[in-house]
Amino acid sequence: MSASDLLPFQASLEARRSSGGKCLVPYLTGGLPGWELMLEAVASAGADGIEVGIPFSDPVMDGPIIQESSELALAAGATPPGILDGLSRLDIGVPLAVMTYVNLVYRFGYERFADSMVKAGVSAAILPDMPLEEAGDWCSAADAAGVQTVMLAAPTTPDERLSRIVERCGGFVYAVGLLGITGERDSLAASAKVIAKRLKEVTDLPVLVGVGISTPEQAAEVCEVADGVVVGSAIVRRVVETRSPESVAEFVGSFREALDKG
Amino acid sequence: MNNDLKNQADELAQVFASDMVGAPTGVGRFGEFGGMFVPETLVPALHELEAAFKDAWADPVFRNELDTLLADYAGRPSPLTRCDRLGEQLGFQLYLKREDLNHTGSHKINNVLGQALLAKRMGKTRLVAETGAGQHGVATATAAALMDMECLVYMGEVDIARQELNVFRMRLLGAEVTPAVSGSRTLKDAVNEAMRDWVGTVEHTYYCLGSVLGPHPYPWMVREFHRVIGTEAAVQCRVALGADHPTGRPDVVVACIGGGSNAAGIFSGFAAFPEVDLVGVEPEGGAAIGHGIPGIVHGMKSYLMQDEFGQVSEAQSISAGLDYPGVGPEHAHLADSGRAKYEQVTDAEVIEAFQLLSRTEGIIPALEPAHALAWVVREKESLAGKNVLINMSGRGDKDVGQMMEVLGDTL
Repeated sequence: MSASDLLPFQASLEARRSSGGKCLVPYLTGGLPGWELMLEAVASAGADGIEVGIPFSDPVMDGPIIQESSELALAAGATPPGILDGLSRLDIGVPLAVMTYVNLVYRFGYERFADSMVKAGVSAAILPDMPLEEAGDWCSAADAAGVQTVMLAAPTTPDERLSRIVERCGGFVYAVGLLGITGERDSLAASAKVIAKRLKEVTDLPVLVGVGISTPEQAAEVCEVADGVVVGSAIVRRVVETRSPESVAEFVGSFREALDKG
Repeated sequence: MNNDLKNQADELAQVFASDMVGAPTGVGRFGEFGGMFVPETLVPALHELEAAFKDAWADPVFRNELDTLLADYAGRPSPLTRCDRLGEQLGFQLYLKREDLNHTGSHKINNVLGQALLAKRMGKTRLVAETGAGQHGVATATAAALMDMECLVYMGEVDIARQELNVFRMRLLGAEVTPAVSGSRTLKDAVNEAMRDWVGTVEHTYYCLGSVLGPHPYPWMVREFHRVIGTEAAVQCRVALGADHPTGRPDVVVACIGGGSNAAGIFSGFAAFPEVDLVGVEPEGGAAIGHGIPGIVHGMKSYLMQDEFGQVSEAQSISAGLDYPGVGPEHAHLADSGRAKYEQVTDAEVIEAFQLLSRTEGIIPALEPAHALAWVVREKESLAGKNVLINMSGRGDKDVGQMMEVLGDTL
């Protein structure tokens, strides 16, 4: 596949990587009051792509911060079609991925959801409770619609399975940096660089580490091995606490700066 | 009698193992239901668990160790009681499978002793569990004490308030009880917390799941650990119904359904015989099969109470043990295939049944099996003259405080 054939999310990450940079993908919970403005601010702060969460009632992969933001968004009336609709009206110059749990997609209908993503200009999906074994039906629908499915790889994943995951994966590989759920951590887990290195050995896809990347310093450290980072809870905490696009953008900018310094 | 029962039960178990309630297909599928919808971090652990369970279940040493614990520690076999007074009043022969007489007060101990032994065999040092009414939590805390393992139980904040006796029992047994404070703060949220814990601790922790729920291999494994209920009951019914009875089997087998573990256990003894009706009784406010549609949560595809967007609904039941918006995938399959039927009863009917059994038979049931009883009371006309078997899955001691508030000075 030539670079011009790549779907927007992967294309953006590969462009960053081929220019010698490291990729920054902030996560934001969709449907929070003022979330579209927050997306615009984060896009202009140096994001290579943005992961938009569609909140679910029972997010088992998420820690307290994203649980709280999900509850707030749901209380504010967030729905999958509402968020996709909101995304379709945005023009922020940065490619988008959606992250949500499989039941919302299953309920919507796999084909209909994939088509709605395309209409909303979203080129990648991340479904953390849909491992390889269960990915077949969704992936068929996503492939047919032209949506990439980002698969997760964990520190517990054996080598043989890692190869099968990256084979099925598109957009980038989401390397789970530690044993645990999303949330801020004081220091970078040793497992983060290990999983990134293992993935780099088996794939040419961009390898981004997420879960437990809480500070610009941790991001820079893991990017000694990885191609980039996904930053969720640390950003979302500031979104919920400050509700200020400016201060959230400033925080995201500090990650950009740390990654650019290398 | 006990040895004889045991031998006959073993013989029957071999027959049943290959039947309707058999091993799942593919990735833990019962029909279209089941599966393994979990974060990648847990998938290798579930594969390891499946392999370990298969190995242990085929190992006579493991089986013998478990059987010995079930007999000498939990008090199996549990009796079958014929309820003459209530039966006469209702117009049919009523039998109770007395899982309420097990150590710790419910059927939950069967599964927990099996899983705790398995955890030891796998070299795990810590058990985590979710609990609704607290019966599974108490059973897990008990097994952890017995086998010298660390134990943490997640329990919804609402359930902690209404089942404070069981919270104290767990702490007395040395377990830590951590409240689940998100969502509906009941069983569903306790499962979420237990899964989140396990995602972070999977290397040394064993998740002792309390029902026929969750990702493969749990729904299958937990049912196998409860199969003993059905095999014992099948033999006991044959004896109780007498040599003159044409089949030696009851006409109807009734059990309450939250996740569905006690029902799965007793159904497994009768599912192979189409003349036996199987009835699962859900609470009106937590009727995944009655009011739900297929969905995916807690690692499985099954019937699920949810809104039009797929957000999981909060169940509302007087019984903390049945206050769950989903159901085990095998029950979803048994419902779709028509082999079992699933009915709903209201809290008010349950409160009546709770008192009725207490007064007529001197057995205070847990609120959960009182659902099964409530259904047979409502259906007494269609059940007239039949032999009806109810799985009395637990005793009501834990519910007395709550019922004191409900009934007040009406007694």
